[in-house]
Amino acid sequence: MADKFFLEVVTPQKAVVSEAIQSISAPGSEGEFCALKGHTTFLTSLKIGSIRYKDAAGNERMLFVNGGFAEVLPNKVTILAESAERRKDIDLTRAKEAQARAERRLSDKAADTDIVRAQAALHRAIFRIKMAEIR
Amino acid sequence: MATLKEVQSKIVSVKKTKQITSAMKMVATSRLRGSQNAMEAFKPYASKFSEVLGSIAGKSGEDVSPLLISKDEVKKVAVLLCTSDRGLCGGFNINLINKAVKMLKSELQGKEVSFVCYGKKGRDWAKKQGNPIDAEYIGIMGGNVDFSVASGSGQALIDSFLEGDVDEVYLIYSDFQGMAKQIPTVKQILPIPSLDEIVEQEDTAPVDDAGTFLPEHICEPSSDALLGKMLPKNIFIQIYDALLQTSTSEHAARMRAMENATKACEDIVDELQTIFNKTRQAGITSDLMDIVGGAEALKG
Repeated sequence: MADKFFLEVVTPQKAVVSEAIQSISAPGSEGEFCALKGHTTFLTSLKIGSIRYKDAAGNERMLFVNGGFAEVLPNKVTILAESAERRKDIDLTRAKEAQARAERRLSDKAADTDIVRAQAALHRAIFRIKMAEIR
Repeated sequence: MATLKEVQSKIVSVKKTKQITSAMKMVATSRLRGSQNAMEAFKPYASKFSEVLGSIAGKSGEDVSPLLISKDEVKKVAVLLCTSDRGLCGGFNINLINKAVKMLKSELQGKEVSFVCYGKKGRDWAKKQGNPIDAEYIGIMGGNVDFSVASGSGQALIDSFLEGDVDEVYLIYSDFQGMAKQIPTVKQILPIPSLDEIVEQEDTAPVDDAGTFLPEHICEPSSDALLGKMLPKNIFIQIYDALLQTSTSEHAARMRAMENATKACEDIVDELQTIFNKTRQAGITSDLMDIVGGAEALKG
């Protein structure tokens, strides 16, 4: 069994996760990375995506993360995200509404549509839906 | 002298006012607890963020981000004014607005100033003065402020700063220092004052919980690129912090204002009660005089 170290996921609203884990993988902006206890100090920005980690009992857990930053220290990983939620907390209907809204905005092509923002919203929505539907 | 009935109805109405003010005080107290919790919940994020930011800022030069570079000539200034949506909180909003007035009269004299208003009171003031309002956020103060408000408005400001529509950005908010102390504060947020301030006395090497020094971070992408990404976020954090502080201050100010109002009501009721007693006594005395006078007359 792998050695345990600490994971903290904090958002401006609350600490989403604060527990001992065995391993974690997260979507770094330059590529997915995985960390175990004793990883060298490492700092990266994150993409929209999923964080997977094995908790102390060895269960696989999953989180949705909306970009942010990760700091990896030998005995602790801290993730700073503007929003993050556990898979069971994802609001599927809200995500589907957001997806429809973003798609509508992109297909309308009105002059004042902020394409980048609409695409980002669509991306987030699709990711949330995907994660929520994995069983 | 007022009649008994008049005094009595005054007492009743003041007592009703007292009920309202003391109920408002209780509401403010419970809301205050809510926003203090939100502030508490935000702390770990903010402190971790500034720790990480400090550790990479120390390694970078001044020219990593266009947000750090001040414009040669400052013509257009944006002021973010945080106030409350509702009144009945003493001098709270007036103090914040006075801060803005003072700035307009001194540093910002002769410059083109536009406002971004969080909260209805500040918006109403800016409108009345005929100041241009770039954006207004009503209905967010005092409740559960969402981070997206801060990041959305922050992003808009950064965009207009980079495009040259705005040369400087200031934030006016109420710094919550305790139940009895809320200080209207001005903070420059764009251009970002200087990296040295962010770094503060922070050591550049990361430290683990046990306090042992660790090697410097490996950064991915480069530390400059990371810093470029983190600096805008730091602005959002400052705005969000200001919104939370102002909300908390608002509730604290209202609590105090309502407490004072309740006390004043009690004083007035006491005074009126004395007048009531005196009036009643005067009535009884004059009645007695009549009776005695009448009896005397009959005898005579």
